[in-house]
Order: sequence, then C-alpha cells, then structure tokens
Amino acid sequence: MLESVKHIILVLSGKGGVGKSTVSTQLALTLVEKGYKVGILDVDLCGPSIPYLLQLEGNDVHQADEGWVPVYTDQTQNLAVMSIGFLLNNRNSAVVWRGPKKTAMVKQFLSDVCWGEIDYLIIDTPPGTSDEHITVMENLKGVKCDGAVIVTTPQEMSVEDVRKEITFCKKTGIAIIGLIENMSGFVCPHCTECTNIFSQGGGKSLADLAGVSYLGSLPIDPRVGELLGKACVKELPESPSAKAFGQIVDLIIKN
Amino acid sequence: MASEVARPENAPQHCPGTESEEAGKASACAGCPNQQICSTAPKGPDPGIALVKDRLEAVQYKILILSGKGGVGKSTVTGLLSRALAKSDSEKNVAVLDIDICGPSQPRVMGVVDEQVHQSGSGWSPVYVDDNLSVMSIGFLLGSPDDAIIWRGPKKNGMIKQFLSEVDWGKLDYLLIDTPPGTSDEHLSAVTYLSQANLTGAVIVTTPQEVALLDVRKEIDFCRKTKINILGVVENMSEFICPCCQKSSQIFKANTGGAEKMCQDLNVPFLGSLPLDPKVAKSCDNANDCFEEISDSPVLTALENIVKNLTAKCNEK
Repeated sequence: MLESVKHIILVLSGKGGVGKSTVSTQLALTLVEKGYKVGILDVDLCGPSIPYLLQLEGNDVHQADEGWVPVYTDQTQNLAVMSIGFLLNNRNSAVVWRGPKKTAMVKQFLSDVCWGEIDYLIIDTPPGTSDEHITVMENLKGVKCDGAVIVTTPQEMSVEDVRKEITFCKKTGIAIIGLIENMSGFVCPHCTECTNIFSQGGGKSLADLAGVSYLGSLPIDPRVGELLGKACVKELPESPSAKAFGQIVDLIIKN
Repeated sequence: MASEVARPENAPQHCPGTESEEAGKASACAGCPNQQICSTAPKGPDPGIALVKDRLEAVQYKILILSGKGGVGKSTVTGLLSRALAKSDSEKNVAVLDIDICGPSQPRVMGVVDEQVHQSGSGWSPVYVDDNLSVMSIGFLLGSPDDAIIWRGPKKNGMIKQFLSEVDWGKLDYLLIDTPPGTSDEHLSAVTYLSQANLTGAVIVTTPQEVALLDVRKEIDFCRKTKINILGVVENMSEFICPCCQKSSQIFKANTGGAEKMCQDLNVPFLGSLPLDPKVAKSCDNANDCFEEISDSPVLTALENIVKNLTAKCNEK
C-alpha cells in the first residue's frame, strides 16, 4: 500500500510530551499549504492525539475493496489521516494492550490503509524505543523511507531520552533528517521578557554531539497549540513559529 | 484476584481461562487458535507475584505515579514528592522505583546520575540519595547515556519483575513507582505483579491542556479496568509566573477546564496543582536538591499542600 507514497517521514522522540504530534500536524499542514498531498499515520495506540489536534474526533474509517479509507480533513482530500482514535467508540476508553497486539495493529496500519497517490506520509510515534517503533522500522524495510525527524525540548531531562532515540535510529539504520528543538523560550505577554522555561540550547548541542543536522527551534507559543487543524504558516504568518515551520519544511523538501 | 479466571475477550464460549489446569484441554478449546499455546504454557499464576508480595511486605504504602501522557512531569513530581516525604520526617523511609525502561529519568531527577547498583546476598542494593531516601532505575545499569533499550514487551516485563522482587529496600514507609506514559506492557506488568502486594493506589499527573487530559482520561479508565484505587490527580505546569514581572500566564491553556474540571466529571479526587517554575527544571537538570536551591519557590508551598492531601488519602486506606 505504501508504493504510491513518494516520501515517508517518521517523527520520533524518546521523550513524551515534547510536541511530536503538534509538530507532525503542523509539518503536514505546512506541506499541504505548499501544494503537496499528505497523509498522517498516528501509531501512538495508547495516546492518539492527532484526531483531536486536527479536530477530526468522531469520524469513522471505512472499509473499501482496496483497504481502509483514511479520514480526510476536507473535500480537497489533500490531507489524509489514520489513527486508532477513529476506531474507538469512546474518547475516554483506554487501549490496554501488550506488545503483540500493538504490533499487529501497527502492521495493519502500515499495510492495509489505502493512502492513494500522496507526496508525503508523516508517521507520528509514541515516546520510547519499543514495540511500536521496532514494528514500524521492520515493516518499512522494504519501502523507501526518507528518514526521521527527531523532536526534543531543550532541558537535559528530555535530551537524555532523545539521545537514546538517536542510538535507536543508528542501530536500526534509519536515516536522521534532523532534529527540532521545541518549546525553546516563552515570551511573557505582560512584559515581553523571554524566559527559557525548559532551559535553552539543548537541541543544538545534542545535534552537534550526535552529528545530526539541526533543523531549527520552535518557541513556546500557546497560540500554536490552539490552532487545532489550521496551518500555523497561514493563520499566524508573522509568528516566529510559522517562520520556523516554513524553514523546517523547506529543509525536508530539499532533503 | 487470583480466584478470578483470566479469560481473553475473544475466547470461545466455555473457555476455562488461560491459567486454568484445563487450558487447552477442555472440549471448548477444540478449534481455538490459541489451543496449542494454552496447552503447553505453564499453568497457574506467575510465581513472580508471590515473590513480589514477600519482598514488599515491609513497605507500608505502595503508590504508582501514572499518566497517559508523556512529559507532564511524572518523574519530576515523583522526585519532589519523595523528597518532601523524606524531609517531613527523618524517621520515615522513602524509596523511588523507576519502571520507565526506555526513558529512565529518576537518576537525573534525584541527582545520582553516575551511581551504580550493587548486588548483595539479599538482593540489589538501591542507590541512596539521603539516609532515608533510595532510588532504583534501569538508568544505573546502562553503560553510557547513549545506550538505548530496544526491547519488546516480554523483556521489559522480566526487568520489572526483577525490580519489584529483587531490590533490597529494607523497611519502607513509602515506595513511589514512577512509570512511563501509556497503558501498556510496563503498566500491566506492574499491576499484575503487585496484585497480591496490597497496592495503596495511584497518583495521576497531568498538565492543564486538552491534549494531555485526553490521554489522562484513558489512564483513569485503565485504573478502573484494572481496579487500582486512584488516590488523586496532580495538575502540573498549571501556570507560569514570569520571573521578570511576577505576573502569571497560562502556557498550557486549560481550554476544557483543566484537571479540576476533569476530576469533577470523572469523580476522582483532586490533590492540587503545581505552578511551572523554570528553576525547578534547571535544578533537576543540574542534578541538585531543589529543596535547598529554590526554598522560596511557589512550587514548594503548593507541594506541601499536595503531600498533606496525599498522606491523608493514604491513611484513609
């Protein structure tokens, strides 16, 4: 099913809550703004965030002759989405599965979804280096995968886990497109003083240390978290986040 | 719990249960795709459960720190709670067990990054941060900070069993168990092994925004499905106080009412909220004791309140 997909990009991070899903949706939306056809596959089975972030909760996945039909964000069908969130009947119910069941689900997501002709498939992953990641990596062996975008926040606590993810990529032979530092600084709306809540520069120094390219840093901007399905580059074109997303996407396209 | 028969959801109608003596041999098993596995696998509950029970007999309160979402501060909150409990009474013994196998953070939070674990006749000796505060984490067993643990479920399960049954904690008042995000192998393993060990309950950590609450509601559902008593919810990073102008702003906006509203909706206790203080993050990064470094932080006053609520909840049980 992935033969008709031109580029596959993984979004990874050893650490949770660093903004993988937010970065994935904004990368996808930025690519759509640039005229590409894009798909997002959410393989975070225990905590799927993509349906909420794109305001697609409550949509259903349909079965067609060719496979599962993903959920499209609008009539133009430029952005297709697949997530376990669409298969649950209640948004509050937990998916309490051990590895083998998760592995089977991820395999199905990779083999049974009919994406059609799309330019980019962005795969959003859960934190860690375990079942979901091993399965994705094993099943992508036969197809061309561009590589992984790694997301971190600047503080040492997060960088420490992300180093492990970089080792995972190196061990399993996944190319690293580059590293993004999210939540870099927060500009106080009252006094415009910029505070580095989660410290600063951790992403850049990790990129240097691990010898991977640094794609850029995204400041903390509460507005971005509230965009819910709208492209940052379109809604807040003047914001530093929009500029960063634009640059990162250009680097990804060039890659 | 042992008397309850573990029966898979999609099992045939008269399935005797996977742990039964009859598993794989009863007439209902004919044609079940799992028949062979059931008939050859060892029967009865995992012997590890009894080992864990014995090992944790001398621990008064066993508390899981959970959150469906990553990066909400489970490890930081665990670290703060353990230090606060240990400082409140030097006679009380507190320990932290980190079962986040793929991303262990406790060595850093507790400021014992380069320590090592030693083996003795009575088990693994944990690393002592203070006279009455000890830690165990897979982080102590790794050779380099770059080492990744690329394990599937069963291997993680084995590690957690060892952590729960082979660490020589001594006599403890509180054992806080820090978990990874999600509702999967690590959580199921911990719950299974602790099933006979009289688990006190779980503290759930969240941040105020809906993206986090969405996953945290799933964790509450997990607790209900696995019959874990919920001691309460802690909201972390609830507000940010600018160090320059002292004004508060919401970075992770509670667009659906935040944790307190969720607690009301789902009828679980709310323990309190912790503000976001960059100094706490920094002090964790530098592996320092934040109680000495940030004695004036609003986090500590808020924490005191949470500890009070938590100990009250523990005593209720």
